[in-house]
Amino acid sequence: METLDLSLVDWSRAQFALTAIYHWLFVPLTLGLGVIISVMETYYYKTGDEEWKRITQFWMKLFGINFAIGIATGIILEFEFGTNWSNYSWFVGDIFGAPLAIEGIMAFFMESTFIAVMFFGWNKVSKKFHLASTWLTIIGATLSALWILVANAWMQFPDGMHFNPDTVRNEMADFWAVLFSPVAMNKFFHTVTSSWIVGSAFVVAISAWFILKKRELDLAKKSIRIAAVFGLLGTLLAAFTGDGSAYQVAQKQPMKLAAMEGLYQGQNKAELVGFGILNPSKSSYDDGVQPFAVKIAVPGLLSLMANRDLNTFVPGVTDLIEGGYATKGKNGEVGVALSAEQKMAKGKLAVEGLKNYKLARLVSNDSLAKVSKAQLEENFAYFGYGYIKDKKELVPNVPLTFYTFHLMVIIGMYFILFFALAWFMNQKNTFNSQKWMLWLSLLGLPLAYICSECGWIVAEVGRQPWVIQDIMPANMAVSQISAGAVQTTFVLFAVLFTVLLFSELSIMIKQIKKGPEGLNH
Amino acid sequence: MDYSFYQHYWWFLISLLGALLVFLTFVQGGQSLLYQIGKTDLERTMLVNTLGRKWEFTFTTLVTFGGAFFASFPLFYSTSFGGAYWAWMALLFCFIIQAVSYEFRSKNGNLLGKKTFDIFLIINGVGILLLGVVVATMFTGSEFVVNKANLTNTTMPVISTWSNPLHGLEALLNVRNILLGLAVLFLARILGELYFIQTIDDRNIQARSRKWLLWDTALFLVFFLTFLVWTLVAKGYAVDPETQVVSLVSAKYLHNLLEMPIVLVVFLLGVVSVLFGILRTLLKPGFIQGIWFAGIGSVATVLALLLIAGWNNTAYYPSTTDIQSSLTINNSSSSLFTLQVMSIVSLLIPFVLWYIYKAWKAINVKQIDAAEMKGNDMKY
Repeated sequence: METLDLSLVDWSRAQFALTAIYHWLFVPLTLGLGVIISVMETYYYKTGDEEWKRITQFWMKLFGINFAIGIATGIILEFEFGTNWSNYSWFVGDIFGAPLAIEGIMAFFMESTFIAVMFFGWNKVSKKFHLASTWLTIIGATLSALWILVANAWMQFPDGMHFNPDTVRNEMADFWAVLFSPVAMNKFFHTVTSSWIVGSAFVVAISAWFILKKRELDLAKKSIRIAAVFGLLGTLLAAFTGDGSAYQVAQKQPMKLAAMEGLYQGQNKAELVGFGILNPSKSSYDDGVQPFAVKIAVPGLLSLMANRDLNTFVPGVTDLIEGGYATKGKNGEVGVALSAEQKMAKGKLAVEGLKNYKLARLVSNDSLAKVSKAQLEENFAYFGYGYIKDKKELVPNVPLTFYTFHLMVIIGMYFILFFALAWFMNQKNTFNSQKWMLWLSLLGLPLAYICSECGWIVAEVGRQPWVIQDIMPANMAVSQISAGAVQTTFVLFAVLFTVLLFSELSIMIKQIKKGPEGLNH
Repeated sequence: MDYSFYQHYWWFLISLLGALLVFLTFVQGGQSLLYQIGKTDLERTMLVNTLGRKWEFTFTTLVTFGGAFFASFPLFYSTSFGGAYWAWMALLFCFIIQAVSYEFRSKNGNLLGKKTFDIFLIINGVGILLLGVVVATMFTGSEFVVNKANLTNTTMPVISTWSNPLHGLEALLNVRNILLGLAVLFLARILGELYFIQTIDDRNIQARSRKWLLWDTALFLVFFLTFLVWTLVAKGYAVDPETQVVSLVSAKYLHNLLEMPIVLVVFLLGVVSVLFGILRTLLKPGFIQGIWFAGIGSVATVLALLLIAGWNNTAYYPSTTDIQSSLTINNSSSSLFTLQVMSIVSLLIPFVLWYIYKAWKAINVKQIDAAEMKGNDMKY
């Protein structure tokens, strides 16, 4: 009997992770810096002050260098759904393809049309047309983020669809449910506002470098004035939407929440871990080893975050695998959580129902088809569990999810203080004289990137093994190609993207060193 | 409007996007000529800068073409991309290296040197041949099997499986595929030359563009006409509208043209327009608008070719391994609801084309010349 090579699944995941992580090195800067240069150009438009034009053009140059590599790393992601996840493409393409197509029609063309005017139109179009082009470029980039995040959110919370056994795929039933799902809205605003942090940290860091070098002091002051306010706004909004995202995770992906918190045993008045070091000896949820070596936690806060109620129960990894705890449905009805084994049994019934339905249709046995369809529909919510071989597959990588989540939150909180301080000191004209603040500003740049990448690692590692939550695990979604082929393209992408990254960094550093005077060289 | 209407409408939009993509490959064609037309660094800078203001349109059209195909015919997406892995990966690599090359080539500290990024642009330019090769498989067929019941096999649930271990590279061994690949490459070069003639105010570049235009036209006609005649008389993949059974029919694509007279007229007008744009440019030295005639003509020609691949009860992605696995616009499309939603979104397309036209005009208001390249404006 032909079987799928499991290393193919792992290599396909690794390739997607690699390309997504590289892509995400460049996108947040585009989203954040794009708004900042638009605001700067608006100042130029309103005041006519040539200094603002010079400042805008300097940051725009850096924006362009970053934008190009963002595009280069982005094209592959769209096509990888087909090349490496072909079963996925059919199984949910009816829903997932639409946001990608809308992204192209609505957002990419806007971005690519007006970016040419933004870069080359300074002496060719009116000031007003140019300003509109700059804003439309960043609006296009942000709309692009909206559609791809709607698509991603749908994978985490599949809503607005039904399964059609005749076509053997999920089909869209409610476009608005897909677009305006609470997961999608939180994800979009959280991702975009957190990207504003990266853009702001970038501008503050480079401005601080100029101040350290005693160059471009006016450019630095004006840039920090905008970036600090924008960064503070972004951080506060990211904290707010992050809380909303965490609530959605608790409701829709409780296993991810348990991994984020290193919560193995469920608790009433569950504690939120502010800082913790996991016990490296713990290798499985059921090995009896204590999960934490060290932790500082606040009782009740996790319950509040997960259920908006300090006194409620939050299930841990063990509870989610073994089931049996009390649950509350959408309308407040009380129930008992199923165990992983019960879900796997239901999943197998769903797959069997589909198989028998297809056979019955083939021989025109209507009564068997009806019974099989009913069996499928009754158990479809657990369809993906039918492909799970071992219940331990249902537990994501807890240490990676836990550490990245906490790192993201700690850095995020730090940025609230940092941007508030940067704004205050810049207003009081003390920013330039405090060397510690300048060095702190430089440190902010890598921290912003780490924070941003951590967010994606939490979102994507924490949801494993699911490609579509509860409906499709990764081993059901891959293409039938050899693991060797994917290994080869993985290495090719790794080498190519790394070379391009170093090239980009080198160009960026040279351009920054030259400052605004070296724009055309 | 029934399900079939939306399937035909979306095949039309996919064909239109594909046709626009072929027109926009003037960027790739121009890149392939970088060292043939640009003999000095300044000349190459002019070539790169006139293309550099448009390359993102080609790139975006390719991405939108992919997204629209995914949304409207997801079975093609899963079957072709997952099966012809190496063909698509090779094409995508060509586009990845293009995306950074414009921005990075002339920047200090780019680590790889200007020449490397220029070579990347040339690779992307010549690599467009692959696009023609994969499109040709819509007429010649590929080796795959589609079995949706595989999904219930929990150890091997893949629906679309490729039968050839070369995973797409075998398409390069088919002469007819190569013919279309070369035709697309030389058409792209023709369009690139016409674009240079229109947008660059430089005597040497104009003269060399016209010289290469003659050679590339000759080669294009040889490859394209051979592919065309061969395809029109070859057996094609017909679908019985009642039973959905696919069978081989002699001269299917010729019949499609004759049975869809509007498509035939579009095709003929397209060919005439392409030839007019080229010949008038060659014969009248001061004529620089050939790109519009050849460009619109290529859109019309490619649109017609793609329409005969999918309309009139034809399998647009035939399987040579299992003919009944062939993809048709009926068996591979999204659901009616999704096609309807997407059709509403498609109403934005005229608006998108309008603002592209406005921005294009604003940027191309004046030809590029050496003085501009030596000035202080932003440039690549």
